[in-house]
Amino acid sequence: MSKFKKKTSTSQEIPLASLPDIIFMLLFFFMVTTVLRESDILVEQKIPQAKELNKLERKSLVSYIYIGKPKKTDLGTEPRVQLNDALAQPEDIALFVQQEKDKLTEAERDQITMALKVDRDVKMGIVVDVQQELKEVNARKILYSASKKIDRY
Amino acid sequence: MAKSKSKKVEVPMASLADIAFLLLIFFLVTTTIASDKGIALLLPPKPDPNQPPPDITKNQRNIFKVNVNSSDRVLVEDEPLQDLTQIREMVKNFVLNFGEASPDNQQLLGTLSVSQQNFVRSQGRKPDSSDSPTEAVVSFKTDRGTSYDVYLAILDEIMGAYDEIYADRVGITPDEFRNLDKKDPVQQQIYDRAREGIPRNVSIAEPTKIGGE
Repeated sequence: MSKFKKKTSTSQEIPLASLPDIIFMLLFFFMVTTVLRESDILVEQKIPQAKELNKLERKSLVSYIYIGKPKKTDLGTEPRVQLNDALAQPEDIALFVQQEKDKLTEAERDQITMALKVDRDVKMGIVVDVQQELKEVNARKILYSASKKIDRY
Repeated sequence: MAKSKSKKVEVPMASLADIAFLLLIFFLVTTTIASDKGIALLLPPKPDPNQPPPDITKNQRNIFKVNVNSSDRVLVEDEPLQDLTQIREMVKNFVLNFGEASPDNQQLLGTLSVSQQNFVRSQGRKPDSSDSPTEAVVSFKTDRGTSYDVYLAILDEIMGAYDEIYADRVGITPDEFRNLDKKDPVQQQIYDRAREGIPRNVSIAEPTKIGGE
């Protein structure tokens, strides 16, 4: 019977000394992955879903164009284009692309990618207008932002 | 001197975890894990006003037509279609038809994977489908009133069909194919091998203006 003696003497405490270290590790993970939004989004953004997604290789080459209904109702319900911090007309895109290209070095300029973040309720008309402007300024690499669709079989 | 030696100088560590927690929660809330994913596309160059538009010499059978109108009704090869997910198989069948029995075509067929070759043989040559993958063009036309959601869903299917063909050809999954790193020579070679002779001919036509916005 002595073999099955009750071990009452074991301490039941969990060592807490390493807790701050674990928390710090989590903290660093989120600090590194976090991207603080640089611009407020003034238009509705319900990003559509798709299955075949390409990842962007280099973030520095990417500029964003947001399209959607304005969040403020007094601006109407027609979809609008947002560049940087302000709502704009499709005609302003040429200037915007030029500014974005100026931020890059000479060699990278043709590789600029425009990520179109388009709300799913938008009609194609405005998207096509934007693409037309992008063709004009020779910023032809585009990416339709989408989130991953989860298949149910 | 003796006094200070005996004294223990210690920073209280008990609150460290709390401080770290606070910071952690702050970053947890503000974080948006980079979601820069989407469907990549290269727009066609601006047409040169000095040059007349090129003549269309493509045979009708080499063009796979997808039309969407302003009320999001889909017409694939002039037939109405409800289930958009069927487009993927239709595009694959269309591209891998090998309708023309030329030596170039036979050679291209030889570079495909075994499963694809079997697929092509079992399918047979349809005279009303594409001559060869090199010739095949998928034409996708929308209206200004088409909703973006439908546009993207169809584009996704078409691109997915091509990706599946490429991936199958070199024996990897479509996801692996899309994530091939073109800076690595080995992966670049796989990519070239997958793409050779089968261009991704997706033509996105100027939309019509019939529907309202």
